[in-house]
Amino acid sequence: MNSKISFRDVVKTFPLKGTEFTALDGVSLDIADQEFVTVVGPSGCGKSTLMSMAAGLQEPTGGRVLVDGAEVEGPGPDRGVIFQQYALFPWLTVRQNVEFGLKLASVPAEERRRRTDLAIGLVGLEEFADALPKTLSGGMKQRCAIARAYAVDPQVLLMDEPFGALDALTRVQLQDQLLATWSREKRTVLFITHDVDEAVYLASRVVVMAARPGRIHRVVGVDLPYPRTEEIRLSAEFRQIRNTVWTSVYHQEQAAPAV
Amino acid sequence: MAVTVPPEKTAVDRPPRRTARRSRRRPLLLNVLALVAGVLVWALVAALGLIENLPTPLAVSRKAGEMVADGTLAADTLASLRRVFLGYALGVVVAVPVGFLMGWYPSVRAVVEPYIQFFRTIPPLALIPLTVVLLGIGEVPKIAVIYLASFMACVVSSFQGVVDVDRTLINAARVLGASDRVIFTKVVIPASTPFILVGMRIGLGASWATVVAAELIGAQEGLGYQMQKASTWFEMDTIFVSLITIGVLGLLMDRLLLLAERRLTGWQERR
Repeated sequence: MNSKISFRDVVKTFPLKGTEFTALDGVSLDIADQEFVTVVGPSGCGKSTLMSMAAGLQEPTGGRVLVDGAEVEGPGPDRGVIFQQYALFPWLTVRQNVEFGLKLASVPAEERRRRTDLAIGLVGLEEFADALPKTLSGGMKQRCAIARAYAVDPQVLLMDEPFGALDALTRVQLQDQLLATWSREKRTVLFITHDVDEAVYLASRVVVMAARPGRIHRVVGVDLPYPRTEEIRLSAEFRQIRNTVWTSVYHQEQAAPAV
Repeated sequence: MAVTVPPEKTAVDRPPRRTARRSRRRPLLLNVLALVAGVLVWALVAALGLIENLPTPLAVSRKAGEMVADGTLAADTLASLRRVFLGYALGVVVAVPVGFLMGWYPSVRAVVEPYIQFFRTIPPLALIPLTVVLLGIGEVPKIAVIYLASFMACVVSSFQGVVDVDRTLINAARVLGASDRVIFTKVVIPASTPFILVGMRIGLGASWATVVAAELIGAQEGLGYQMQKASTWFEMDTIFVSLITIGVLGLLMDRLLLLAERRLTGWQERR
């Protein structure tokens, strides 16, 4: 068993107006070490819930969520989380935000400074190290959040629609930057998105989910080489995979139910 | 990825800066003009005798000079300030932790909230007769009433501050390995500071409003006491001096808190 993250028959229900709402109904998924997996699906399919459970912010109602073979018990710095709403501490500067996790881990000052600088450099925010988040653009905020997650050097990155609120141009830039960083220091990435192009461009496997109840509809392998380039993005192969994913997201009734 | 400096940052030249300064100076000029106009209208109304017994600005300022010279104004101001400070500081010091506890622990909230909601509907002034009976006519009942006024104003806002802390910020800290204690000190407290400062400003206003009334309970000194005494002797100018002093002091203290607010919560997105 060498999968980094595994979901085993995961069920998640929420109480809703006296009845129960099933957010996830029997989801099983294995993500290998250093794999880049994206999850795409209509709203209400429970894709964010899936990520929350891997992060340890929510508990499954049934089934098991394992990271490194051990059941997830609450959040931990081994799993970095990047939220759609950036979630930067607005009263801290970029540097202080990035340092936050290192301070909690009581990393000595010198080492802390080095790793903070490294993470800030990785996302190209050196010039804004002492700026407050309110002075940054959306893309810069998300880069700061990514640096904050990288600084503690997690083995797993859990990203919940991180580029969802950004304009198309910035989104493409950040996708390339994320892939560049990932190919240098391989981490296991679970990336939630509602953007089919993004899902295919980033991942080696795209998990398509269905809603009501939330379940895995189909898993599409992306047989395209890394590093991904603009050439790949515009290629016929890319378009073909993209169309497959698109169809299984938007025309789910016709397809056979997932196993 | 290349990071480009926003163009407006380099494009700032003299002309826009000058207009910015001018537009900042204009309200101040209008403020002063409005004050001067107000005093002129007052002088006119007093001179024409439109309102009986209204003292002229000149008479009031002469009286103020006398009261400064014989030290009564300083003594009264000091007495009132002392009460406000003691009651207000005590109220804030107790209200902030209570509000925090209410926001953080639902059980504390369930125990405390009914009392707070109940006492909030009673104006502090309405409690003065009760405090006189219970606590006598010394300093204690006055400070107690001011304390209650500032506590009530401040506790609700600091409680609301904790309740309104963005859940994603708490989650962001939690996934970085923060314990509950760290989340409280490093996330909840800074995130709710803007609310607390608003509560402190409201509390200060409530304290000033209450002090004058509190000094009507057999005080021997204080701006409120001075006014009450002056009204029995029909000394209109003394009443005006006290009133203006209360107004100016309240304004100054509010400005100080506003300054602190700008310093402490300048990180906020809005504004």
